[in-house]
Parts: sequence; C-alpha cells; structure tokens
Amino acid sequence: MIPFNFEYYKPSSIHEAVQLFQRLDTEEKQPIYYSGGTEIISLARINILYTKAIIDIKSIPECNVLHLEKDQLVLGACLPLTEIEESNFYPLLTKTIQEIADRTARNKITIGGNICGQIFYREAILPFLISNSQVVIAGIHGIKTMPIQQVFHQHLHLKKGEFLVQMITEKADLHLPFISIKKRQQWDTGYPLITVTAAKKPSSSFIENSSNQSLTNYERIQIAFSGLNPFPYRSEEIERDLNQQHLSLEQKVDLATSHLPEPILDDFEGSAQYRKFVMKNTLQHVLSTLEVQ
Amino acid sequence: MSLSEGMKHQFYLNVNQEERSVVISPSDILLSVLREQLGLTGSKPGCYNGDCGACTIDINGTPIKSCLMLAIEAIDKNITTIEGLKDTPIQKSFVEHFAFQCGYCTPGFIMNCNALIQKHPNASDEVIEEWLESNICRCTGYKEIEEAVKSVLHSNK
Ligand code: FES
Ligand code: FES
Repeated sequence: MIPFNFEYYKPSSIHEAVQLFQRLDTEEKQPIYYSGGTEIISLARINILYTKAIIDIKSIPECNVLHLEKDQLVLGACLPLTEIEESNFYPLLTKTIQEIADRTARNKITIGGNICGQIFYREAILPFLISNSQVVIAGIHGIKTMPIQQVFHQHLHLKKGEFLVQMITEKADLHLPFISIKKRQQWDTGYPLITVTAAKKPSSSFIENSSNQSLTNYERIQIAFSGLNPFPYRSEEIERDLNQQHLSLEQKVDLATSHLPEPILDDFEGSAQYRKFVMKNTLQHVLSTLEVQ
Repeated sequence: MSLSEGMKHQFYLNVNQEERSVVISPSDILLSVLREQLGLTGSKPGCYNGDCGACTIDINGTPIKSCLMLAIEAIDKNITTIEGLKDTPIQKSFVEHFAFQCGYCTPGFIMNCNALIQKHPNASDEVIEEWLESNICRCTGYKEIEEAVKSVLHSNK
C-alpha cells in the first residue's frame, strides 16, 4: 500500500509527456516519469519516494520499439527485460539482464526503469557502456541522441523534465566475444557483490619501435562494473591497465585493482575488503576466459 | 488518460473473464484491489516488495507480481487470478504430488507454473528453474513443486 495519493497521466506521445511534466512541475506536483514502476512502487510504499503526479510513458510508441535495423539495434525504454531477453538480439545484454531480480519481476521491470533507477546496481547499463551505445533523450526542447559517454557518469544525467526514450547499439558490437559474471555472497539469489561484463573488440594501433611505426592489430578488452561501488561504471584507466599488452595477466589485474574508484561498498552483502578480493579473482577469471575465446 | 489525486474513480477490470467494477485511486496497488474490493483473496500478500511471488497473477498470459502493479495499469488487460483457474492440469498435479504444505505460496506458484506451461510446453530444466526461482515457499516444498510442474510438462511431450 502506498501511503499517499497522486495524480496519474498516461500520455500517448513524447510531446504530450514533456508538456505534461512542465505543467505539473509548475504546479509543484513533483512529477515523475513511470515505466515498469517496480522501484517507484517499492520506494513509495516505504516513504522513500514522494510525488503528487505520475506520468506513465508506456503508451508512447517510441518507448516500445524493439527492432534490428540495417546497422543498429533500437530498444525502447519501456520494454520489459524479459521481452529483450527473448528477442536476444544482443547476447551480452541478454546474459546481463537475466541476472536482474527474478523472471516474474523482469516481466515488469523495464530497461529504461533499470537504467534510470535509484538502486546502486543498474546492471542493464553495463552492456551499453562497453558498446558505446547512443542514448535517445526527450525533453521540452525536443529529442536528442547522444553518445552514452557524454550522458552517463555514475548515473544517467537527465535534465529536469527529460526522459530516456531509446538505447541504440551498433550492429557490429552485438556479437563480440563476451563474458558477464554476477558474483553474490551465496547461491543465486540476493543482491550482487560484483557484476562484471566485458567484451573483446578487434582494434588496431600504431606501435613505435626504434626505427619506424607499425600498425598492429589486437583485441581490446572493454569492461564495465556494477556492485563494487554505489554506481555502475566503465573506467578508461582500468581498461588501459587491462589492455597493457606487455604485462602478464596477474600484473594487469594488480594494476587495475590499484585504480578502483572510491567509495567501495561496505555493507551486509560484503565488506569493502572482501569485495576487492572478489573483484581481483573475478578480473582474473574474465581475462583468462576472454583470452581463450 | 488522466486521473486526479485524492479522488476515487470508477473503472472496469477484466478479471477471470468477467467485467468487474472497481472504484480506485491512482496509487492503489492491484493486489489490494483484487483482495479488498473484488474479494479475490486467493492472491496472497507476502512481502509487498516483489520478493516472494505469493501475489503472482496472470496478465495477458504473463505472470506478474500484483504487489508491483498499480490497479490503474491493469485497465484493458486480461487479468487471471487463481480463482480463474478451474481443474487445470497443474492444479491436479499439485494435489497428486503433495506440492503444498501450509498452502500460502501455492496460488502464486500455480499461476507462475500455469503461465510457464502455456508459454513453454516443452520447457527445459533450465527454463523451469529460471521461472520458478521467482517464488518462495517457506515450507520448502520445492522438490514436490518441481515434480508437479514436470509431470504436466512431460505429459505434453
Ligand atoms: S507480495 Fe508480491 S511478491 Fe511478495
Ligand atoms: S506450502 Fe507453505 S509456504 Fe509453501
């Protein structure tokens, strides 16, 4: 039972939704956009979240798109996680979101809701971070498409009145060799200690030696994390460490774990020290698995 | 659609193939409306937090935890609660396999199993496990529940 009441709106277009938000905000109704709503209901029930108006965006056609175009996969923010799993256009995304909550809950949790939620983990963002996806955002000034690196820093930076409409991923990034691991304290239930998703992408760079420069092809590891800190992230520094071709696997992992961002979560799921220990082992496993693939 | 705050509104919900009239506020949870207004107390409140699965119902063929859904979201959808299932193979199988003890989790399990059987009549062990992980049985009757659902699935083959 939610201990307060609110107004409910279900716009059928992006334009209508953002106009509504602006009006309700002017009326000081603290409006929030609502997609799957699982987190909003859970937090409202225990009085952690309050609003006087909810804008349900599930009837907006752009938010329900699921299609693989010639070069891109387009996923609407209101797609339930299980619908995305069943389509399985992006196997790394399927594997990662399959570990969120449980199957029945995932029939209601949407991809946009997970990405924009307050929960620390928000694992659904990880595959999009490592595939350099594009984010489609709607606001009062129209619709913009932006590289994820520009709008996601620990959380999706939406201005007041904006909402996530779609995620767009290049087809070339959908089928790279990958690994996605969720480590929990015990069994297969409960919140994660750490989730790591990584993919291996063909790359090339100029290597300088004493006499000349040569173009070298190699496979670059792209990696993102959730659960270690109170936010999901992809770190350039850690990625550079793990791609140092001249280092041994152990040296790469040691270097990477010396560059973990702070704060590291320290709670009943696992102490900070234990999480770092699990992280180190998980990184070793990720690197050795990707090397074999 | 828009509904104002603090006011109750009359709607019709399609529950167990009947049009049922309800008077709801936008913040009313579907589980509460089913139980308290429609007297359909088969869907059980457990955690109210999406963790236990006791409140699981069927919306358009998909299992949903009714504690995580606003009643207003269910308008124009086909809602099936445990009261809407009559003599289904999974109900018989639960009885035959003693797949309940106190019975509190049973409606939620049956609604989830029934949707699984409809959607995946040849479900693999992996799929069965993935679906049934959504429900908790405090009496730990998991083995019998697994046998009950497998017996229906295998009779489909
Ligand atoms: S009461 Fe809904 S999942 Fe527990
Ligand atoms: S039979 Fe008692 S909770 Fe499952």
